[in-house]
Amino acid sequence: MELRGIGIGQGVAVGTVVRMEEPLREPASTLSALSPDQEGARLDEALAAVAAELNSRGAAAGGDAKDVLEAQAMMAEDPTLRDDLSARLAEGKTAERATHEAFAAFRDMLRELGGYMAERAADLDDVSQRVVAQLQGLPAPGVPNPGHPFVLVARDLAPADTALLDLGQVLGLITTEGGPTSHTAILAREKSIVAVVGVAGAADLVDGDEVVVDAAGSVVISAPTDADKRAAEERITARAARAAAPLAPGALADGTRVPLLANLGNADGAAQAVQLGAEGVGLFRTEFLFLGSGSAPTVQRQQREYARMLREFPGKKVVVRALDAGADKPLAFLNDAEEENPALGLRGLRSLRASEDILREQLTALARAEAETDAEVWVMAPMVSTVEETRYFVTLAHELGLRTAGVMVEVPALALLADKALQAADFASIGTNDLTQYTLAADRMLGSVASFQDPWHPAVLRLVQEVGTAGQQHGKPVGICGEAAADPLLAVVLVGLGATTLSMSPSALADVRESLSRFTLPQARDLAAAALAADGAASARAAAAEAAAASTTTE
Amino acid sequence: MEGQAMVERTVRIGSTHGLHARPAKLFTQAAAASGATVRIAKAGGKAVNAASILGVISLGIDHGDDVTLSVDGDNAEAVLDELEAFLAADHDA
Repeated sequence: MELRGIGIGQGVAVGTVVRMEEPLREPASTLSALSPDQEGARLDEALAAVAAELNSRGAAAGGDAKDVLEAQAMMAEDPTLRDDLSARLAEGKTAERATHEAFAAFRDMLRELGGYMAERAADLDDVSQRVVAQLQGLPAPGVPNPGHPFVLVARDLAPADTALLDLGQVLGLITTEGGPTSHTAILAREKSIVAVVGVAGAADLVDGDEVVVDAAGSVVISAPTDADKRAAEERITARAARAAAPLAPGALADGTRVPLLANLGNADGAAQAVQLGAEGVGLFRTEFLFLGSGSAPTVQRQQREYARMLREFPGKKVVVRALDAGADKPLAFLNDAEEENPALGLRGLRSLRASEDILREQLTALARAEAETDAEVWVMAPMVSTVEETRYFVTLAHELGLRTAGVMVEVPALALLADKALQAADFASIGTNDLTQYTLAADRMLGSVASFQDPWHPAVLRLVQEVGTAGQQHGKPVGICGEAAADPLLAVVLVGLGATTLSMSPSALADVRESLSRFTLPQARDLAAAALAADGAASARAAAAEAAAASTTTE
Repeated sequence: MEGQAMVERTVRIGSTHGLHARPAKLFTQAAAASGATVRIAKAGGKAVNAASILGVISLGIDHGDDVTLSVDGDNAEAVLDELEAFLAADHDA
C-alpha cells in the first residue's frame, strides 16, 4: 500500500520499521490504593524486568553501547535509588509516581554537577520512562536502539531525540507529522538520510513491518511486493553509482555550464562540500557569528571567521548573505520589539538598515577578509522588497570596497520588478523557501499549512521566470539558493526559467549534477514551459516529469 | 569475620575523565561483587554505598581527586587492595 508524504532528498531505502513511542505522561500524584509492600513488589518486578531487558540489549549491541546499556541496567537496580523509592512508597505513593520522582531527583542532581555527569541525566530519564512503561504495561518510549539497521517511524523528532539517535543504524526516517522545514527534515538533508515526513498513514505501521521509503517519490510503500523491493534496490545501487561518479562541473547535456554551489552555515562544512563537488558557495549564512550573543561581534572577529571560510575556496566564488535576523532568527540587539507577524516585520535588510552601523561593520569585515584571501566575495542582502532598497544596499557595499553586490529575491514585489532591480544590482539570488512562503501566504514554520510550501507552484515559477528573464536582459547572473535547487527535476526547470547557478545542501549535489547532464538547454526550457502551464504544484511537477520522459526518449 | 575492624584508605583517581560512565560502572560492579560493604567518599564529603552507581556518579569524582574507601567485611584488606588498584588506573586510556 502506498502512503503519501513529503520526501526529503532523492534517496530510497528498504528496511523494517521500529517505532519511536511517545514520551509517557507524568504519573499522577494520587495516593495508591495498594499497600506500600504491594507497590514495592510491583516495583521490584518492573525494575528487574527493565534491567534484564537493558542487559540483553547490551549483550546484543556490544561495544560502547553495551557499556551504556549495562550502566542503565545498574541504575534500574541501584540500591541507593531503591532506598529512595521505598521512602516514597511509604508515603502512600504509587510505584509509577515514586519512580518518576526518585529518578527526577537524581537527574537534577547530575545536571547540577555538569560536564560528564550531566550527560548521564538523559540515561536516567530513559530508565525512568522504561520502568513506568513496564509498570503500566506500555511499550517503552524514547529513541529506539534495536541493535540492527532499521527504518525509524516517529511523530516528529525533537533535537534531543536526534542527538541520541545512532544515525549509522537508521536506514530511513518516516514521520507522521512535520513538514519540509521541520527539524526532522533539516536533519535528514544535513545527514543525507532518506526521509519522508508528514506521512499521516504511517501511524498504523508497527515494529517489524517491512517498508520501502521512497523520498524521491514522496511515498512510503508498506508491505512491498518482491518487485517493489527489487525496483528499490536497483535505484539504491544506481544512486550509489551516481554518488561515486567522478566530479565534473555542473553542466547541461549540451555543455551549458550551470555552476553547482553549496549552502553553508560556517567553515566547518566547507571541506566536505568541496569533496562533494561544490564549485563555490552560493549561500554563506553569517548568522552563526551573531546568534547567542548579546551584541554584534567585532570587525576583527568577523574578519577572522569570514577569512576562515574564504580560504577553503581559493579562486572560487563565495556568495555571502548579510546578517538575516528577524522572524525565525531574532537578535535582541537588532530588533527586540514584539511583532505580531515577524515574517512580515523588521527583518533582513530592513533591520540592518535600521542599525546601519552593524551592516557597515559586517561589510567592512567582508571586504578585509576578501583582501587577505584568494576567494571572490559576492555579497547579497536578504529580504529586499523594493528597488530603492536594492540601490541602497548595492551602493553601500560598493562604497565599503565590495565589488559584487546583489539582492536576494524572496519577496514577490521584488521578483515582479526584477528588471528594475537588476539594473541596480550586480546579481540576484532567489531564496525559494521564503519566496514560496510569501507567494502562497503560508508561514513556512507552521505545520498546518506545510502543504502550501511547495516551490513547484506555478505562481512561484512565474516569479522565478521574471527574475531569470531580467537577468538575461541585463546580462546579470541569477542564482537559486533555496531548497528548490536540491530537487533534481526542479533544478532543470529552474535553469529553463533562466537560473545561471544553483546552490544547495552539499548532500544534494550528486543527484542534481546527474539530472542536469541529461537535458539540453532547449529541453530544460520545454520542461519549464510545461510546469508554467500547470494550475498547481502537483500538476506542475507531473507535467515536468512527463516532458522529461518525452525528451529523454526522443534523443 | 566477627570483630574485624573496618579498614579505610585514601586513593587518587587515575581515570582521565574521573569516575563517570564506564569507569563508574566497572567500579560499582567490582564493589558489588566483592561481597563486602564498601563505601566511598570525596575528601571531606559524605560517604555513599560504592555498590550504587547513582551514588558513585552523584559524587562527581574527577581525575586527580582524592577519595576515601572504607571496607567492612571478610577479606576487607584484599578487597581494598583490589579496589584501590582499580581507582588508581586510567580506564579512559
